[in-house]
Amino acid sequence: MDAEAAKLIGAGLAAIGAGMAALGVGNVFGSFLESALRNPGAADGQQGRLFIGFAAAELLGLLAFVVSMILIFVA
Amino acid sequence: MHQFAIEPMFGTDHWAIGGYNIAFTNSALWMVLAAVVLWGFMFFGMRRQLVPGRWQMAVETMTNFIDDLLRSSVGPGGKPYVPYVFSLFMFILVANLLGMLPLGLIGVHPFTFTSHFTATGVLAIMSFSIVLIVGFWKHGLHFFALFVPHGTPVPMIPFIFLIELVSFMVRPFSLGLRLFVAMTAGHVLLKVLAGFVINSANAGAGFGLTVGLSSFALMIGISALEVLVAVIQAYVFALLTSLYINDAVNLH
Repeated sequence: MDAEAAKLIGAGLAAIGAGMAALGVGNVFGSFLESALRNPGAADGQQGRLFIGFAAAELLGLLAFVVSMILIFVA
Repeated sequence: MHQFAIEPMFGTDHWAIGGYNIAFTNSALWMVLAAVVLWGFMFFGMRRQLVPGRWQMAVETMTNFIDDLLRSSVGPGGKPYVPYVFSLFMFILVANLLGMLPLGLIGVHPFTFTSHFTATGVLAIMSFSIVLIVGFWKHGLHFFALFVPHGTPVPMIPFIFLIELVSFMVRPFSLGLRLFVAMTAGHVLLKVLAGFVINSANAGAGFGLTVGLSSFALMIGISALEVLVAVIQAYVFALLTSLYINDAVNLH
């Protein structure tokens, strides 16, 4: 396998990370909704934490995108 | 890709400081435009009418939003940082939304400068240096207590200190990277789908009607999602900045 092919395969494999981040982001919002529907009174106060969790989960998916972009355009 | 290319508008070659070209680029142009739009938005909403009109209500809603954000995450000590976080939030929001405008229809190509790490990195460094300056100003060397949470067992202190130090130092990178990659990824996705539409239409009526139309419908949906992402990323930037300011002001 030549180096160019290996780079493209690596960039494709990095896309798995985007799917994993999808699981994470879905889990964040799913858990929030689940507990917000149990206790709607407390839900509004936790919106900040919801978005912190979302940001942390999303960042790791975006890092997968960065890895694939680096493999395609830079490496 | 052409939409991410930075091109000098005027003052091309001979404007240099220390060997670095400081030509006025399209990136700088859209930064100025974002600032002007933001200035106009604030100017027409700050006429202090006793009975606020729609515009003033919009401005007051945004300022109250950031005010509440800082009050809930920093507490009473967060009041002095409202102007900074508000400008940061509105500037990023306006920049993201300006980059989404379909001005290509009339031949003007919008440039999303938040899709460049140089721009978002500087914003992140500004937030990070405010945290450092405020932290060392208020607490002196006691600011390092941030890296050792209360109740850490003594044998664990070196490891916890190291981990907290690393997680503190990557903050500006994660802050800038998140915004830059989110905007870049959204625009690349739209570009790829637009390429599907054009190429399938060129391949014949059959492909154009099946692949092209469905891609176009998807593009409309993704554009709506991108507007949501633009707002969420601006909010996340402001939220994380206020959390980091909370660390500097209140030390855990």
